[in-house]
Amino acid sequence: MNIHTSRRNFLKSTGALFIAIPFASELKAEVISGKTVDAAQVDAYLALHADGTATIYSGKVDLGTGLRAAFPQIAAEELGLPIDKIKLIEGDTLLTPDQGPTSGSNGIPKGGMQLRQAAATARQALIKLAAEKLGKPVNELDAINGEVRPKAGGAGLSFASLITDKGFELKLDGKAPVRDSRMHQYVGKHVPRPDIPAKATGRHVYMHDFDMPGMMHGRTIRPAIIGAELVSVDESSIASIPGAKIVRIKNFLGVVAPDEWDVVRAAKMLKAEWKGGGLPTDSAGLRDYVKAQKVSSTEALDKAGDFATAYAAAPKKLSGEFYWPTQSHASLGPSCAVADVKEGEATIWCSSQGTHRYAKHFADMLGLPANKMRVHYLDGAGCYGMNGHEDAAADAAFMSKAIGKPVRVQWTREDEHGLDPKGPPQVITQEAALSADGKIVAWHTTMRCPKPTDKLPTIPLLSPVEADAKQVKGIATGSLSSGGKPPYDVPNLLVEVHWLEDTPLRASHLRAPGKIGNCLAVETFMDELALAAGKDPVEFRLAYLSDPRGREAVERVAKLFNWDKRVEPRRNGKGRGIGFTQYKGDETYVAIAMEVDVSADGHIKVTRVAATHDCGQIISPDGVRSQVEGCILQTIGRTLFEEVKFDRNHVTSRDWASYPILTFPDVPEMKIELIDRPNEPPRGAGEAATAPVAAALANAVFDATGIRLRTVPFTAARVKSAMVETGVKFG
Amino acid sequence: MASITLTVNGSARTLDVRDPDKPLLYALRNDLNLKGAKYGCGLGQCGACTVIVDGEAVRSCTSPVSAFAGKKITTIEGLGSPDKPHKVQAAFIAEQAAQCGYCTNGMVMSGAALLEKTPKPTAEQVKDALAQNLCRCGTHERIVSAVVKAGGARG
Repeated sequence: MNIHTSRRNFLKSTGALFIAIPFASELKAEVISGKTVDAAQVDAYLALHADGTATIYSGKVDLGTGLRAAFPQIAAEELGLPIDKIKLIEGDTLLTPDQGPTSGSNGIPKGGMQLRQAAATARQALIKLAAEKLGKPVNELDAINGEVRPKAGGAGLSFASLITDKGFELKLDGKAPVRDSRMHQYVGKHVPRPDIPAKATGRHVYMHDFDMPGMMHGRTIRPAIIGAELVSVDESSIASIPGAKIVRIKNFLGVVAPDEWDVVRAAKMLKAEWKGGGLPTDSAGLRDYVKAQKVSSTEALDKAGDFATAYAAAPKKLSGEFYWPTQSHASLGPSCAVADVKEGEATIWCSSQGTHRYAKHFADMLGLPANKMRVHYLDGAGCYGMNGHEDAAADAAFMSKAIGKPVRVQWTREDEHGLDPKGPPQVITQEAALSADGKIVAWHTTMRCPKPTDKLPTIPLLSPVEADAKQVKGIATGSLSSGGKPPYDVPNLLVEVHWLEDTPLRASHLRAPGKIGNCLAVETFMDELALAAGKDPVEFRLAYLSDPRGREAVERVAKLFNWDKRVEPRRNGKGRGIGFTQYKGDETYVAIAMEVDVSADGHIKVTRVAATHDCGQIISPDGVRSQVEGCILQTIGRTLFEEVKFDRNHVTSRDWASYPILTFPDVPEMKIELIDRPNEPPRGAGEAATAPVAAALANAVFDATGIRLRTVPFTAARVKSAMVETGVKFG
Repeated sequence: MASITLTVNGSARTLDVRDPDKPLLYALRNDLNLKGAKYGCGLGQCGACTVIVDGEAVRSCTSPVSAFAGKKITTIEGLGSPDKPHKVQAAFIAEQAAQCGYCTNGMVMSGAALLEKTPKPTAEQVKDALAQNLCRCGTHERIVSAVVKAGGARG
């Protein structure tokens, strides 16, 4: 079977295929069947149709972040086509190019810019074709409203009349000229997200809602002790459940049944015996465990001058240790996936951020060639990094393979909180020194992080380990060591990471990996230095911040917040603090000012937040704003409440009572200023505004109480005990 | 096998129920193909499964279907449609009050139930009413604004 036939068969055999993909039912199979997915080709990204519409294909997916609006904005702009003529297909491994996973805030900066260049290349080609037909030079023509027309006026030629079904057959030109930002009609303008009407009326088909004929419901049964081996299963324990079947592959244990509620009951009733397993520490001992872990290597990430000599000679020295705990993605909907594994080929529906790379992973694990695995993206509950989506897909795939029918696996709340790969713990130490006249002369950041496995293609999943199936081993965490460098001019600087070989719970990237904790360490330390130097925190930062965009972010946030200049903490239970970052050192600039009330019993309430955000060129202003709001609110919750608790057996914080997140009464007043720079490249907006949140909050608490919080979460009990210890009283 | 008749979105629907403890959520999603209500926790802690029963916001994930015989159930599909949205739904669309949107069902249904009792709620009243509804993406401010605007009070 050649690949074209295979594509057609896929389209024929899976009638339910397109139900969740907007507009896709209008696509003609014969148009798609020969479609390239080679990311170097224009045709991988877009197709123009005879009816004047276009389809754009994106390997990056909308995770609730608004890319579904932004990608058509970019394509409409560059092509010169009304935006309502554009349809988007995302994340389908058979139809979209592999643009890498949708992570690291790179949806727009990488995925969007590939699409922009593809569309710009297409526009050049259309203009060239029209120039030949019209007998006019290319520089007198432009692509407007689905036609190539003389700029001076007169009749044009429709795109459809210029291009055939074969497509462009052109290589993507990374240097094809793009539209002048002053002429933009769509980019930088508000375009409503196309998915919200269906989401607000219960019509949007989420992964969890996907159904197909003959589909069975599955649940995975996992031991009460992580890593335990399966000794025996008592099949008779579920004999009363109609149609229930057990799937056992070595240590993998699943149960399937035609009815979902039946399988929920079966999973609870199934009796199995396990042995062994366990964790090397519990959460209470995690900080000490991390500090005692053997350092496999130490890497200097940034260096300037001579830290050791300058520090030794300086008259004023400060130091501190910071701790960021293990946290969960805590997706609102537990992970869900459907797999249909047939002889020699398989299809998986999954909310993965990286359908392309996991297609390979799933194929390997099932013993299939990569080109016999198709993965479709469907919206899940927000995941902010890799949660359990792919695990649920692997669970479903093993069960489907075993029973020869499509299987839907729905993780439970306990599964999701207990088993999603976690954001690993961080211990960060700071040392810095001031000269006699209060200038920063030396700064040293040290981070202890698990070392990500070099070139690990994907994060290992649970069921391939249990079933002893093929999968590459290793640790992935995202770049935890980014953000340890102060964004300030420091003459003698040393930023180091102590690499650790493992971490107790399975890790993955959790929104802004490492950077919130690192920014907390750097930016609260900047406040400590300001106080020691007798300066106001904003003034002190500006004295060491030379990047004009960084300065503008800080200056504007101070104005937006109505910052009151002060050196000493107020210590009356009400305080304000600031935090600043340039995300990943060279991307988006964010400054956040925050006001808190701290009660006598240690409860922190964030009352007011102001933020400035400069991510270069803004594609979707409301999309960026919504991401900034989400970053701020989610991170206030992560800072105040969130810590994964576990004993030596397993995660014990497996519901919303034991793993609280931010709720409506915790929501502060927010003012956000987006700084648009239409002539700069667009940077990411999905994570940057998380980074300074914990720092601004900690600095505000210091202003309110005189207490430096260096251990997250800032629970009332922790604040109260620090107040008792330091004799702080107010109110 | 017992049969049970529910009134869902204005229509009488009769279901065969093998297990009377089966939660309403599973009956709605799987037997009636009304998938707007979402499974979030199965513990009544997050609100993603909220439906309106005789005017009250109810967690369908923890309530057995057998408890709803003869009651009037409204799901988000019955509240309104993309063409004819309920005023709360219209306000969510206008405010772009969703990111992933998995919590949206609970927010819309709890918001609509609130407006039945408190037609013009203030932001504080909305925050109180939604205090037990969780959103992980951080869309809270827009959600509050949408419900307040749907009620017509000045925020």
